[in-house]
Parts: sequence; C-alpha cells; structure tokens
Amino acid sequence: MNQLQVLLFASYADAFGTSLVTVAVPEPATVADVVGALRQLPGGEVLPEAPLVAVDRRYTRGPVAVHAGQEIALIPPVAGG
Amino acid sequence: MIRTALTEHAIDAAALLAEVTSDATGATTLFLGTVRDVNEGRAVTGIEYSAYTAMAAEELQRIAEEASVRFEGVRIVVEHRIGTLGLREISVAIAVAHARRAPALDTSRFIIEALKQRVPIWKRERYVDGDLQWVDPTAQHVSTAAP
Repeated sequence: MNQLQVLLFASYADAFGTSLVTVAVPEPATVADVVGALRQLPGGEVLPEAPLVAVDRRYTRGPVAVHAGQEIALIPPVAGG
Repeated sequence: MIRTALTEHAIDAAALLAEVTSDATGATTLFLGTVRDVNEGRAVTGIEYSAYTAMAAEELQRIAEEASVRFEGVRIVVEHRIGTLGLREISVAIAVAHARRAPALDTSRFIIEALKQRVPIWKRERYVDGDLQWVDPTAQHVSTAAP
C-alpha cells in the first residue's frame, strides 16, 4: 500500500472536515483507487459517482496512474464568475 | 498580450480597460460579473469566493492562451476576485481589445464560458437569514415557478 495526500476544497473540505487527507491505495494506483479510498472515509458519502480530479493542477480523464509526490486534488463543481 | 490574475483586492475595471487597449485596437469589450441580491429565490447579502489558487491561476491563463490562438490578435486582461464580496462588487472582469469588434466580443464570451466550466473557484452565498450555502451549478433544481 502507498500513502497519498489529497487536497480538498469548498464543500468537499467541509464534508471531510479537512483540506488535506491521506489515503492508503495499492501500488500502482489510479485516480479511481484514490476516489474509492476517499469514499470509505467519514464524509466520503458526499462524493458524486465520478468526481473531478486534478493531478499536478490539470484535470484528469480516465484511468490515470497516480503516485506519491504528485499534487492530487478533488475538485467540487466549480462556480467561478 | 495576455494578463490573468486572481486577486484579493477590489477590481478596478477602468484600469483593466486602460491596460488592454492600444493604438492598434478599435474595439474593446469589458465583461463584469457582479454579486446580485437574489439566487434561486433566496435573498443574498454577499458571496465568499475561494479557489484552488495555484490551479485556478494556471487554468485561467490556459483559457486566455486558448482564446488568443482561436481569435488571433486579441489583447486580454482577466481578473477574478477571491474573498468576501458584497452586493454589486465585481467578482470577475474580462477586458478584451482587438482591431475589430467581432473577435473582441467572441473572445469575451469564450473566456467567461470556459472560466465557469473549468476554473477551480467556488462561491458560498450568504443569505439574509445568516445561512451559508455552496453554489453547485451542476445540481438539479426543482423549479417552483409557473411554466
């Protein structure tokens, strides 16, 4: 297992009660593994079926691999403007 | 010419206009997003904007760069405010200048639509009764209005 840190914002940070959470995922891991691990945590029930995830400040699509040292962030529905 | 920024300070729209225009531009557009007093039927007194600052700054810049490729020759200045805003305060300003009006108008629309889709900024509305709520544009709203 590998420990990955995930940034949380806005409504997700409220739900999890923190803006930075550590999850244990298999090695190698994908974005889906990270989301799955987050769902198991208190607050994880607020996550939609396919939440937006950014890796190194870019949105990901599909089964993207992630590893320690990358900047992983869960992005709630954006509402700028 | 492109400049994009997140700012915690009040946006000076006149300064953006002065910055974006040049001797070669004959058309300048200014889009302002401002805090309004009602949303989804609830009286709003203010909005708290927050962001994934690092990514929001990069995504905003990427959008402006995409616009400059799509609409050649445009000059672009975009600022988005972060923090607590009262009614009528400017949350976002998009100034675009070009020799001709069509690319300036089209660029302004392109940027605001992309910004709303992609830039990781969130707003929490503050209501008259003191309640606070995150705005989720993807949520399904049940309309109580007559058709």
